[in-house]
Amino acid sequence: MVYVIRRLLQAVFLALVMSFLVFTGIFAVGNPVDILIDPEATQAERVRLIAQLGLDRPFHEQYFVFLGNVLQGDFGNSFVYNRPALGLILERMPATLELAFAAIVIAVVLGIPLGMYAGLRPGTAGSQTVMAGSILGFSVPNFWQAIMLIMIFSVMLGWFPVSGRGQVGEFMGIRSSLFTLNGLQHMALPAINLAIGHLALVIRLARSGTQEVKAQDFIRFARAKGLREPRIVLVHLLRNILIPIVTLVGMSFGGLIAFAVVTESIFAWPGMGKLIIDSIRQLDRPVVVAYLIVIVVIFIILNLLVDLLYSLIDPRIRLDGAKQ
Amino acid sequence: MSDISVPAAAQPLEPTPPPERPVWRIIRDFRRSPLALFGLALLVVIVAAAFLAPWITPQNPYDLRSLNIMDSRLAPGEAGFSGTSFWLGTDGQGRDMFSAILYGLRISLMVGVIACTSALILGLTLGLVAAYFGGRIDTLVMRLVDLHLSFPPILVALILLAILGRGLENIIFALIIVQWATFARMARATALSERGREYIEAAQSLGLSRTRILFGHLLPNCLPPMMVLYTVEIASAIALEATLSFLGVGLPATQPSLGLLIANGFQFVLSGQYWISVFPGIALLLLIVAINLVGDRLRDVLNPRNIT
Repeated sequence: MVYVIRRLLQAVFLALVMSFLVFTGIFAVGNPVDILIDPEATQAERVRLIAQLGLDRPFHEQYFVFLGNVLQGDFGNSFVYNRPALGLILERMPATLELAFAAIVIAVVLGIPLGMYAGLRPGTAGSQTVMAGSILGFSVPNFWQAIMLIMIFSVMLGWFPVSGRGQVGEFMGIRSSLFTLNGLQHMALPAINLAIGHLALVIRLARSGTQEVKAQDFIRFARAKGLREPRIVLVHLLRNILIPIVTLVGMSFGGLIAFAVVTESIFAWPGMGKLIIDSIRQLDRPVVVAYLIVIVVIFIILNLLVDLLYSLIDPRIRLDGAKQ
Repeated sequence: MSDISVPAAAQPLEPTPPPERPVWRIIRDFRRSPLALFGLALLVVIVAAAFLAPWITPQNPYDLRSLNIMDSRLAPGEAGFSGTSFWLGTDGQGRDMFSAILYGLRISLMVGVIACTSALILGLTLGLVAAYFGGRIDTLVMRLVDLHLSFPPILVALILLAILGRGLENIIFALIIVQWATFARMARATALSERGREYIEAAQSLGLSRTRILFGHLLPNCLPPMMVLYTVEIASAIALEATLSFLGVGLPATQPSLGLLIANGFQFVLSGQYWISVFPGIALLLLIVAINLVGDRLRDVLNPRNIT
């Protein structure tokens, strides 16, 4: 319990430091006045707009106003959309989470069988193809994979739409494109794109796990007992390779949200990632700051959860990190 | 009793052949893998082509006088307005893709190597210092490293570039910040296992200064695993730079690295003009795969367990 409280305090401190760094940095660099105000505006209009946006006040004042507002969940209005920045981000979060979720499902559902196959039948042409593919999945930069997917499946074959989110359906109170055919079509390519890197990882984990487990005594015993091969593979083997994979999936969720920046920009997927890239380009300060704070908070929470989860899975890991 | 025998004078030993220099062993071992040799050859060709770009490309892509807008978006192999053919096609401004790719490779390689080397030096120093001195310094450095590694690289780079803006120095700085922690962790782990060895104890017994032990004795023995990491990290630095430049937050348009070339071509992919994006991407892919093949083999060859 002390550990949890200490971690929480650390997390709050970290979020504060990040907010200061981000705010200082953004304050020190670009000048939003030049970008937001029509160059043909008269001097009087300029002054009025600067005052309205609060850009004329000294730095520390701007920061404290900002910090006070942040604590109330108010990150200021977006310069571009003229709406609350936090609202903009939260309203795009479901699209990003949905994409990350779909990517994880693809990585796990395809990765575990492929990896197990490669582990059970090493040396066959099929398993070598799988492993070569997973190396390629690591090496090929994500954004170029996306372009290739668009080129092949959208432009040349015309199977999937190039960009956008498509229709959003509602099911049990959750709105998602997972529930409409059109939405699924739009989601296929971006989700695959986001999944490829993790798919390669899951394949490797499943393969090395399978190779390790299949040589162990309990598998030989199951075989000696006369169990059928499918039962050995699907029950005895699968259950024992799952732990590292589950850990990986948990830990990589944050990475998926971060990497969604690339995928979303290319497929014009209306999530947080595309918003942040657009905002960086347009120097939309409140949105950039709000995104960074939100993502830092998400990460801090995820790391905390993973740490706690570890100690649940493996009680040998002491929470307080004390050395024996 | 006084009949303790005095040991006889040591017999002159049989002259043994001088031990093989480790460098030769490494080269010999490296050559055993055809795949790694292929990777090395590919890497040499790519680096040479990038270095020699001004002399071997048909066109200087920065020299606007050599461009002809009539040549824009020609398919690979098509002959241009002036009769010269462009084997990899041309981009939207009539730039020869082959020339643009070689010049782009120069920039990508330069950014990757400079950033990674600086990160190596920074991380190695911090890691060694942390491992050798231990205590507070160690805790501080490792806390920082752990914190750092809990955020994905692309996010750290994005935060920094959102703050600093585009630019060559900024992206190099961002890449250094992204990568130093990986090097520091590896250096510390290696140094910790080396610190307990006899040669360090011997050096300490001789009364050598801490700086000398640190950099003269500990450092050289930590280098092999660091070199492997360095090779692989160059590839990931190049990939990350390409990604950031592609997103429009990395290098400015005046320094078209491979990522920017691919970004420029992206809009034309939708109309089926694939070559503007595909060829720079293939160049990037070959570069990364070549580096990784060499790195993988180095990892096997430099592994102390393989030393006989």
